[in-house]
Amino acid sequence: MPKIIVEIMPKQDLLDPQGKAVANSLHREGKKEITAVRIGKRIELHFDREITDQDLEMAKDQAANFLSNDVIEDVIAITKED
Amino acid sequence: MKIGVITYPGTLDDRDAQRAIRLAGGTPVPLWHDDDDLKKVDAVVLPGGFSYGDYLRCGAIAAKAPATKEVIRLAAKGLPVLGICNGFQVLVESHLLPGGLIRNEKQHFICRDQKLRVENNETAWTSLFEKDQEILIPLKNGEGGYIATDDTLKMLEQENRIAFRYVENNPNGSMNDIAGITNERGNVVGLMPHPEHAVEAGFGPDTPTAMRSGIDGLLFFESVLKMVVNS
Repeated sequence: MPKIIVEIMPKQDLLDPQGKAVANSLHREGKKEITAVRIGKRIELHFDREITDQDLEMAKDQAANFLSNDVIEDVIAITKED
Repeated sequence: MKIGVITYPGTLDDRDAQRAIRLAGGTPVPLWHDDDDLKKVDAVVLPGGFSYGDYLRCGAIAAKAPATKEVIRLAAKGLPVLGICNGFQVLVESHLLPGGLIRNEKQHFICRDQKLRVENNETAWTSLFEKDQEILIPLKNGEGGYIATDDTLKMLEQENRIAFRYVENNPNGSMNDIAGITNERGNVVGLMPHPEHAVEAGFGPDTPTAMRSGIDGLLFFESVLKMVVNS
């Protein structure tokens, strides 16, 4: 199924409480080599036809204006998968 | 005077907001998120709660609702809009107000009576307060930490657009102790604490005078009613 995948991460300098809690748990399990964990989002936009350049443009627009909030998040990647 | 209160799926405080409007002397008009007819109201309140389950980000989906789009259109023409808690989050996600709201600094949901200072008494919703008046209204949120870029914070400070600041303690790590802000024109105000929960003696915060006698929230609604009558 053709899809566009949008990946979003909380901004580097913002506290990521989910990531911090998971990192603490990993450390408790002895995985001390992991220095930090950060948790973001992967959003899939599904299509029932081939994805066009226009679709990608639309996804880029939605990623910037709706799927993420640039005050607190960064869009890391927008990729097409057939 | 008709003041609309929008109900989104997951809104909790719409009834309280309607009641506050009634106690202030206005006529509350229930509005539905999926309807872009705002029924010719003179002002709008976006109440607290967890619109659309806080999915994606708090307020993000509500910002795209048909009723909100109409609010955005009319706010540009001067319609008074008050966003309370989740309503404030909707206003920043709608770009009617700058900045963003993130999880409280200490990660806890906080529910308590909170002292605020009215920094700007020239907005549609604060005109009956004295400048620098200290008020006490309930605060209850998990994601109330106000953040913005350095440039935005500077602009808000310089243009006197910080409407309310937390006094004595900052409950959620908000930058510059910001509890609420206004737009340039002063018709759109958003804040995390809840004025609609401090409008009737017997049900408000404790004050030095008597238990549960705090009604500082009433002035928000009386301010906008006075402004609408005079215009």
